[in-house]
Amino acid sequence: MKTISLSVESLSKVFNRRVIFENIAFSLSEKQSLAVTGRNGSGKSTLAKIICGLLSPSGGRIMCTIDGEKTDPALIYQHVGLVSPYVMMYDEFSGMENLVVISRIRGLQTSSQEDIERLLKTFGIYERRNDEVRTYSSGMKQRLKYAAALLHHPEILVLDEPAANLDEEGIGVVRATMRAQCEHGILVIATNDKDDLEFAQNSVDLNRN
Amino acid sequence: MKSLFIPSYFIFLKDSHSELRTRYALNALFMFVVTALSIILFSLGSESVSPDVLAGILWVIIFFSSMSGLSRTFVSEEERGTGLTLQLISAPTPIYVGKLFFNLVLTLSLNILISLLYILMINNFVVASADIFWTTIFLGSCAIASSSTILAAIIAKASTRGTLYPVISFPIMLPMLMTVIKATQLSLEGAFFSEALGQFQILISYTVVLVTVSVLLFEFVWKD
Repeated sequence: MKTISLSVESLSKVFNRRVIFENIAFSLSEKQSLAVTGRNGSGKSTLAKIICGLLSPSGGRIMCTIDGEKTDPALIYQHVGLVSPYVMMYDEFSGMENLVVISRIRGLQTSSQEDIERLLKTFGIYERRNDEVRTYSSGMKQRLKYAAALLHHPEILVLDEPAANLDEEGIGVVRATMRAQCEHGILVIATNDKDDLEFAQNSVDLNRN
Repeated sequence: MKSLFIPSYFIFLKDSHSELRTRYALNALFMFVVTALSIILFSLGSESVSPDVLAGILWVIIFFSSMSGLSRTFVSEEERGTGLTLQLISAPTPIYVGKLFFNLVLTLSLNILISLLYILMINNFVVASADIFWTTIFLGSCAIASSSTILAAIIAKASTRGTLYPVISFPIMLPMLMTVIKATQLSLEGAFFSEALGQFQILISYTVVLVTVSVLLFEFVWKD
């Protein structure tokens, strides 16, 4: 099992002179989880994007180490999976095609086809795998985002509003995914849902910052 | 190098398949070319226009048709929200290289089509030095693709995308446009290939400089 650590020091983000959050600090290692809570507009999604390397912080720093080696911030995408309302799949491709494209661009080769089929079955969209994503419901699109985020077995899984658009069955699969992630990697959840918060051993409340 | 070219190749393939299905850029480009050529043909009528002017008109069509379609490569990613998905699955440089090759193939195909239609439809436009003409089309396409790709990445982040693209493209493409027009004039005059070498050197240098600067700057343009 890999040793993973994610440490955040004095993190701040400012948009157009408006301070979204400041002095955020936490440290996580494998088998640990964190919930990021806060009212709408408090910066939960922004913090999730910064952790995934999609946004640069205005101040502070993020450091990720895997097996004791510091990860190059430009290559953090190789170790992170993100499910977020802001991340969209390609509407003109089928669910299967989306995952194949992502797998190839990521450079995944070994058993990736098996992984794709397994993930499609796990998230209950295998039957519709050859339909264009534009014909999917919002819940099916959310399930596909999970499959895309887990394709490369990320050490760090970041979930922004994890249960959004999902039915009971979908929420059950997501909870199982969160449990599995907590067994080997790091889980970060941006949510205010009380049921999701049960999975988090640590929390950061952005209202207090 | 493998880590650069494999993702770039699959991004190029992804964009090609996506374009063939959605025809975001293809339709816009094709309609522009047909409309522009028809208007020029009707307005010229039986008038005899000098080959120098016709060379300029050819590159006006190529410039504006490129402006109408090449920005789609990044703008469609931003509009559909798939830009974040790309950022999550690849480093910035392979994304730039993949998009550059897609724009290059698209520009080259389009410019060959425009040139063939122009040669067939415009009476006075007789290419005397085919080697200079087609080398100019190839190098001009490379130069257009190299500048339009980074400019598309920049304007994709702006709110006034439609108008901004030709406006910021014109001053950057002006040296290249002057060079390709001059080289096209040489091809119509029946010059020797060696006489156009200076123009080709400018086009190659322009492309190399723009690609190098783009690779260095793309990460800052693409993120945030």
